Amino acid sequence: MSEITAEQVAHLAYLARIDLSPLEITNLTHDLGQIVDSIAKVSEVATADTPATSHPMPLTNVFRDDVVVPSLTVEQALSGAPDRAGDKFRVPAILDEE
Amino acid sequence: MTYLTKLSAAALRDLLISQEVSAVEVTRAHLDHISAVDTDLHAFLHVAGDDALATAAQIDERRAAGETLNPLAGVPIAIKDVLATQDMPTTAGSRILEGWVPPYDATVVARLRAAGLVPLGKTNMDEFAMGSSTEHSAYGVTRNPWDRDRIPGGSGGGSAAAVASFQAPLALGSDTGGSIRQPAAVTGSVGVKPTYGGVSRYGAIALASSLDQVGPVSRTVYDAALLHDVIGGHDPLDSTSLTEPWPSMAAAAQAGLKDGALKGVRVGVIKELSGDGFQAGVTQRFNETLALLVGAGAEITEVSAPNFEYAVAAYYLILPAEASSNLARFDSVRFGIRVNPESGSLTSEHVMSATREAGFGPEVKRRIILGTYALSAGYYDAYYGSAQKVRTLIQRDFASAFSQVDVLVSPSAPTTAFKFGEKLDDPMAMYINDVTTIPANLAGVPGMSIPIGLAPEDGLPVGLQIMAPARADARLYTVGAAIEQLLEASWGHTMLSQAPALTPTEMFASEEGAV
Repeated sequence: MSEITAEQVAHLAYLARIDLSPLEITNLTHDLGQIVDSIAKVSEVATADTPATSHPMPLTNVFRDDVVVPSLTVEQALSGAPDRAGDKFRVPAILDEE
Repeated sequence: MTYLTKLSAAALRDLLISQEVSAVEVTRAHLDHISAVDTDLHAFLHVAGDDALATAAQIDERRAAGETLNPLAGVPIAIKDVLATQDMPTTAGSRILEGWVPPYDATVVARLRAAGLVPLGKTNMDEFAMGSSTEHSAYGVTRNPWDRDRIPGGSGGGSAAAVASFQAPLALGSDTGGSIRQPAAVTGSVGVKPTYGGVSRYGAIALASSLDQVGPVSRTVYDAALLHDVIGGHDPLDSTSLTEPWPSMAAAAQAGLKDGALKGVRVGVIKELSGDGFQAGVTQRFNETLALLVGAGAEITEVSAPNFEYAVAAYYLILPAEASSNLARFDSVRFGIRVNPESGSLTSEHVMSATREAGFGPEVKRRIILGTYALSAGYYDAYYGSAQKVRTLIQRDFASAFSQVDVLVSPSAPTTAFKFGEKLDDPMAMYINDVTTIPANLAGVPGMSIPIGLAPEDGLPVGLQIMAPARADARLYTVGAAIEQLLEASWGHTMLSQAPALTPTEMFASEEGAV
């Protein structure tokens, strides 16, 4: 049985920047415990001498020529923003008061 | 004009080229059918309507003016809502992107437009492609045309249901762990996950970048091949896009229709993807198809892929890890909704957390939290690191299998379509449903699902999955078209001609709309 606690889920939610209700935390603690128990078996076969694969079809040094190509206009880039100030994204305060 | 919706993309292409029908007529027939049946099925999140007719009219004008067009010009297509379209909302099935109209087209969409295909609209999906049933869409479920109390598969249930119910001859899907192939299996349609890097991912809203692949959804293998030829090939906007030229998939599919196409083809049956846990009728139709293959001269061998047992576990570490990182972009600043917290200070951090609480559904939250956990210090090596090693072992299993056989086969899914709600409260039950399709994504190899009959116990479609080595997508089309032809000859009809008829009121509405 995995050792996932409600406090841990709350901390993960903070790291992931998702507010969760107490009920969601309870449910996720249960779900995560069950899921982690089922997927922990990967360590059974992952021996030290097995190399890791991060990408199915590895490509290296994918570059293009350093030339200017058409890109989004300012209007296009801002078209989906929930808030804007002139030609910029407007964001809430970055720093808290304290 | 109702009959136009029953035709394959290839048949429509021929009628359009000979100008026996116009693109406007073809498009209108499909739009009328959508308005007649989709209130109930809900395959579409957005229908292009007049825009589709305007696109079709332009194609007709260009054809009348004698312009040389792509053969598929004027054929309608549905587009999974995970793909960016600059003239239609793109939500990926999520509340957080409600109403977002992207400022650019996905490369595959741009290629469709350049070829003159007519976008009919955007199809429903599990939120951010997380799911196997389309029950996780923020905008409501899509119903299976074979049985409206059952799931159409997922995440691309909308695209599969759209082609299976004749609302579109073609659709685009995306497949991260089976999201094209499993919906194809449970709706009696055809779906292909190309080799990783074979089709551009630019403009596909990322779920798990090392697994995602865009591909065709259709009713016939040849139609899928025609679409693959339009969307495939190198794209400099996707750094994982493979640069080599590809053979014509359509020509490969046609090669499968020739006599003796299956003679001497070495077919491997994956021992680990059969037996316990597979519905009896699925196993029965699978074995009957193997017998048909033997009769056509194929050589069947059983091959073992011992590490496939660990594929689902590895996948549910790698996918959430990549998803938790990819979905960090939904920060309430550049696109999507912004929700202020009910209490506390209005800082960017608090606004982002409140937005993501309101904008993400339960499955997305579950996977982001799981991925954040798997990547945490102290757990990284045991979970994510081990999963990446399993990925190597699965690639080795494929390499070993393909040293003995030309293609691998298995049932596309362990069961036929299940009922709504059946697995919704049990995440692992839902996850294990993808046991057959996940290995191909982990290894990057191409896979196809084609219909092979109805399970006797419930009368619902069963799919055959065919897999080939990386870059050998053409082989899937040859073998797939050959098997499709054999099966249809043995049945005396196509699979989807057996789907339940629409109710009389809907048929009436459809005919009225077509007048």
